[in-house]
Amino acid sequence: MLRTRQAFDEQLEQLQQRLLQFGTFVEAMVDKAIRALTYQDLNLAREVIAEDDTADHMDVEIEQMCMHLIAQQQPMGSDLRVIGSTMKVIADVERIADYAVDIARIAIALADTEYFKPLVDIPRMAELVRHMLRRGLEALIKRDMDMTREIIEMDDEVDALWRKLRAQLEDIMQERPLVVPQAVYLLLVARYLERIGDHVENIAERVAYVETGQLTNLAPTHRTDYQPESFNGAPGRAIQHDEGKPSGGW
Amino acid sequence: MSALPSAVGRTLTQTGEDGSQSAGQSVAEEAFLPTCEEVPCAPNILRPEGEIKLEARSLNMYYGSFQALRNVSMAIPERRITALIGPSGCGKSSFLRCFNRMNDMIDGFRLEGDVLLEGNDIYRRDLDLAYLRKRVGMVFQAPNPFPMSIYDNIAYGPRLHGRPDRSELDQIVEQSLRQAALWDEVKDKLRQSALGLSGGQQQRLCIARVLAVQPEVLLMDEPASALDPTATFHIEELMLQLMEHYTIVIVTHNMYQASRVSQYTGFFLMGELVEFGHTEQIFETPRDKRTDDYIRGRFG
Repeated sequence: MLRTRQAFDEQLEQLQQRLLQFGTFVEAMVDKAIRALTYQDLNLAREVIAEDDTADHMDVEIEQMCMHLIAQQQPMGSDLRVIGSTMKVIADVERIADYAVDIARIAIALADTEYFKPLVDIPRMAELVRHMLRRGLEALIKRDMDMTREIIEMDDEVDALWRKLRAQLEDIMQERPLVVPQAVYLLLVARYLERIGDHVENIAERVAYVETGQLTNLAPTHRTDYQPESFNGAPGRAIQHDEGKPSGGW
Repeated sequence: MSALPSAVGRTLTQTGEDGSQSAGQSVAEEAFLPTCEEVPCAPNILRPEGEIKLEARSLNMYYGSFQALRNVSMAIPERRITALIGPSGCGKSSFLRCFNRMNDMIDGFRLEGDVLLEGNDIYRRDLDLAYLRKRVGMVFQAPNPFPMSIYDNIAYGPRLHGRPDRSELDQIVEQSLRQAALWDEVKDKLRQSALGLSGGQQQRLCIARVLAVQPEVLLMDEPASALDPTATFHIEELMLQLMEHYTIVIVTHNMYQASRVSQYTGFFLMGELVEFGHTEQIFETPRDKRTDDYIRGRFG
C-alpha cells in the first residue's frame, strides 16, 4: 500500500526524539543541581549554570522545528495536537531547567555552610520529580494515559514532602535563628522542586489532549498547600495544609 | 430546464411521494412533510444549532448498480458556510447536487430518502425545477460565463424569470456585481465580452450571475480549484461576506480552504458521511479515526 507523507512522519518522529533529548538533558541538570547542593560541589553547580544556555538553545530549536512543520506541512487533526502540545511542553521543560539553575545558585551560596542536618528529603523530592519528568515525556510520546496516573500519584508524594519539609524548616528557624539563612535557601529549593512537579503535571495533561483532544486539569485541587497569608506574624505553624484555597503563589 | 421529468426513477418513500398531499397546490407552493422530527443521527454527526435550511434524511443514491451515497443524513444551517470534504469519488459532489437536483438527468440515477429545503421535499413530482434552481443556485469548478457581454451574463437570469424593465435590470446588474465584489473592476466595461475577464473575475461573474436571481442557497462545487492563490482568497473573502445573506454549501478538495471559510464541515468516505461537526472540531479533534487519517493526509 502506498504510504503518504512519509517525510512528514519522519519529521514528527525527529521532533519527538528532540523533545525527549531536551527532557533528558534537563532532568540531568536537576540531578546535578541537587548533587551539587547535597555534596556542596561548586564545580558541579557551575556546570549546571553553564548548561542553561544549551537548554535555552534546545527550547528555541524545538520551537522552530514546530513552526517549520506548521508552515511547511499544515498539520491537521492529531498531528496538529502533537505539534501544538510540543510547543507548550517545551515551555514547561525550559522552566524546569531554570529551576535547576536556581538550585545550582543556592548550592553555590551554601557551598561553605555547614548543614544543620544531612539533606534527605530534598534529594528524595528531586528523585521523584526527575522520574516524573522522564515518565511524563515518555507518556506524551507513547500517548499512554495510564502513565499519567502514575505521575499524579508521584506528584502527591512530592507535595507531601514539600509540606513536611516546610513544617520542619519552620520549626528549625524558630528554634535556631542562626540557621535561618540556610533554612530559607533550603525552603526555596523544596519549593522549586514542588513547582517542577507541577510543570510535569502540565506535561501529563497534554497526553490526554494529544490522545483524545480533551483538555483537562488532572489535579485541580493540587496547588492548594501554600498560603502566604499564614506567614503574616502568625505564631507557630498556623498553616492549614489541606484547605481547598488556591495558592498565593511564588 | 423546467421540462425535466421530476423525481426521475425515484424510489417511493413513506413521506416523499405523497401525491394526495401536494395535489391541487401550485407548483411554487410547497407542502410541509408531516414528519419533521429529527432523524436519529450517528454519534459523530452533529445537528447544527439554529435554523436548518437544507436537510438530507437517510439518503441512498445510486447510479445504476453503483451506490454513491449510503444512508446520509445531514442538516445544513441557514446563513452559514458548510464544507463537504473527502477523497475523489467519496460522494460529496453527488450529495451537493441533490440539493438542486442536478443529478436527475444522469442515467440510472435513483434516490431513496428525503431532501428538504426549509422542511419541504424538493423531489416532489410536481416541483418546478426552474423555481428550485432559482432558490438554490450553483457555482461550478471552472468559470463558465456565457459568450456574451458582462451585463447580459448577469441579466440573463432575471430576464428568464421575469420581465424587468431597463432600470430595474441596471440595478440588479450593479447590485449583483457589487455583492460579488466585481463591480469596481468591470463597471466601465459592462458591454464587453465576459470572456475577456481573468479566471478569478470570471468566477466572481458566475457568482454574480447566480446572485442576480436572488437565491437563498449557493451550492459551490470546487469554486476556486481552477484559480490562483490571490483569486482563491478573493473568492473565500467573498463567501464570508455572502454568508450574511445566503446559505452556502461548498465542496472542496482543499481542506485548508474548508478550514478557512466554513463553520461546519462534513467528511465523506465511500458514500458515507463519516463525521459532521463544527469546522474547528473536525480539523483539530476529529472523533473518527478515518477523519483524522484523511485530514492528516495519511490515506494510503
